Amino acid sequence: MSAPSDTDVLVRVEGLTRVFDLSKPWLNRVIEREPKRTLTAVDDVSFEIRKGETFALVGESGSGKSTIAKLIVNLLAPSGGRVLFDGDDMRKATSANARQMRSRFQMIFQDPFASLNPRWRVGDIIAEPIRAFDLASDKASAAKRVGELLETVGLAASDAAKFPHEFSGGQRQRVAIARALSAKPEFIVCDEPTSALDVSVQAQILNLMRDLQDEFGLTYLFISHDLSVVRHMATRIGVLYLGRLVEVSEGKALFQNPQHPYTSMLLDAVPDLDMTGRARTQVVGEIPNPIDPPSGCRFHPRCPLANARCMQDSPMLQPTAIGESACFAVEEGRREVPNTSTAGAK
Amino acid sequence: MTDTPLLSVRDLVVQFPTRKGVLTAVDGVSFDIKRGEVLGVVGESGAGKSMTGAAIIGLIEPPGRIASGQVLLDGERIDNLSVSQMRRVRGKKVGMVFQDPLTSLNPLYTVAQQLVETVRTHLPLSEKQAREHALALLDEVGIPAAKRRMDDYPHQFSGGMRQRVVIALALAAEPELVIADEPTTALDVSVQAQIIDVLKRLCSERGAAVMLITHDMGVIAETADRVAVMYAGRVAEIGPVRDVVQHAKHPYTQGLMGSIPTLAHDSDRLVQIHGSMPRLTDIPPGCAFNPRCAHAFDRCRQDRPSPIQTGERAVACWLADQEVGQ
Repeated sequence: MSAPSDTDVLVRVEGLTRVFDLSKPWLNRVIEREPKRTLTAVDDVSFEIRKGETFALVGESGSGKSTIAKLIVNLLAPSGGRVLFDGDDMRKATSANARQMRSRFQMIFQDPFASLNPRWRVGDIIAEPIRAFDLASDKASAAKRVGELLETVGLAASDAAKFPHEFSGGQRQRVAIARALSAKPEFIVCDEPTSALDVSVQAQILNLMRDLQDEFGLTYLFISHDLSVVRHMATRIGVLYLGRLVEVSEGKALFQNPQHPYTSMLLDAVPDLDMTGRARTQVVGEIPNPIDPPSGCRFHPRCPLANARCMQDSPMLQPTAIGESACFAVEEGRREVPNTSTAGAK
Repeated sequence: MTDTPLLSVRDLVVQFPTRKGVLTAVDGVSFDIKRGEVLGVVGESGAGKSMTGAAIIGLIEPPGRIASGQVLLDGERIDNLSVSQMRRVRGKKVGMVFQDPLTSLNPLYTVAQQLVETVRTHLPLSEKQAREHALALLDEVGIPAAKRRMDDYPHQFSGGMRQRVVIALALAAEPELVIADEPTTALDVSVQAQIIDVLKRLCSERGAAVMLITHDMGVIAETADRVAVMYAGRVAEIGPVRDVVQHAKHPYTQGLMGSIPTLAHDSDRLVQIHGSMPRLTDIPPGCAFNPRCAHAFDRCRQDRPSPIQTGERAVACWLADQEVGQ
């Protein structure tokens, strides 16, 4: 894999960290003699998203996927690290600049029932970014653009006069996509865009998202817990575990040859629709409480390959044949001998 | 094993009277489950799969009601029992696992209290014996250090552990049938795999029949022996899971299978079924799937196909009828 030149990279995430303060109020802490409690949702995560690709983040609940999405679109402030969009740090930009940058990326949320204002007509919902970024000269041209957008996502231009409740879940998600497209963005963050939808509707939305990517040259950050959806969509995939990136690899190769033991475990856990009867390792344990994460490599209590070093030091991302992986077992070549006994975890 | 199926559902119809007229949520559903068998019931939201499960154990909220049809457990009708008779069947003969483990446990009682109560309601055991029984159950569903943890409250358990407790509760009175309604939907994949294993193992060890309701075809493929595919309150196709998953006959099942992205092979585009499932207020005449079906012909728009049995599977589609005729 050749290192991408700077011009290929659209979004660069460097050492991104976000800590949430879960402490009780000051007075309670003093009276009950409790220390401050913090949760590190995202811990020193670095990756880059190249122009025109679909970069997917996968992980189980609590792995920090959605927090990273919010940090990237600047809905949350990072506790450390930075996000560079086309080389510029949005948090350091002047307000006029930030506004200009802001129009270049959009977000699609998980729940189309919560992300559309029920009191607004669909036409107004889609026109809001057009108005906010002054992309249309007058009302008539804005309305015309809304009609075009609705047709682009497979709805009718006349649907602009309807309210969100008149649409099904899949149609609402189409409206959300039309809204995201209305600002003519280059980059769209999709946070679990299909997990609230039925499979046949999911297929429609995934196909639509691919068509739009080809048509408008979009770059996606695609966040999902569903590995088969990710495999279908992604060019490259980052696997998160308890706020840390454990592996970043080329999409298809990751599924053939997962490097990190956690990635293998996740893949093994996916129900097998083809019923090939493949051998699989038994999944052990659950994600630990992120308030009190394990020392060293955070996966070591569940890892069949863990040794003393894994319990003390935390591994860094190291190059592998198909990308990067943060695992001492991979680094030291211990990965080749799969340890079948399920040691350790409860 | 006797030939009488443990559960037999015959032409079940569930209706809800509303201001806009009577809605039929389950429309003429029939299937059997044998002892020791796992029947998967799969379908998209609104297909009537949960409603079928609720009808079997008599948990349909009024004004909804079973309008016609029969539910036979072990050859005896249970759809016309009184409320108090039904309470004895529920829990004792039929166990239930719901989707959300947090809402199916009482937050104010410890896990042990809830298990002991359930056990003693159905089995003639003393408090002490019931506690031992509860401990054995928790061990069986794979709760580590069950002895220490059984006096904890539900909120002290993680999602996967809570679902194990719910399974233990459902199995407490050693039921012959377990109805699991989306038991793994609220869980992460790695935990889902563990829960599926527990459910499969326990049912095969105890010879209990399972009705597994889910929208996830992958879970069905892993777990079920036979599968019923539901669409708009009707069974579109039913048969051995391998046949249905790999050689679907009903156009809806074919579309459904094609729309699922898989880990095994590449496809640039997913098969998509145009449109969405009709609302209960406007189910088309004839076959409910005809407006979305690529193969629909005149007969599909007029007559409703009934399931056509060929070997072990039945398909409610006029195309299958032609095949048999030829």
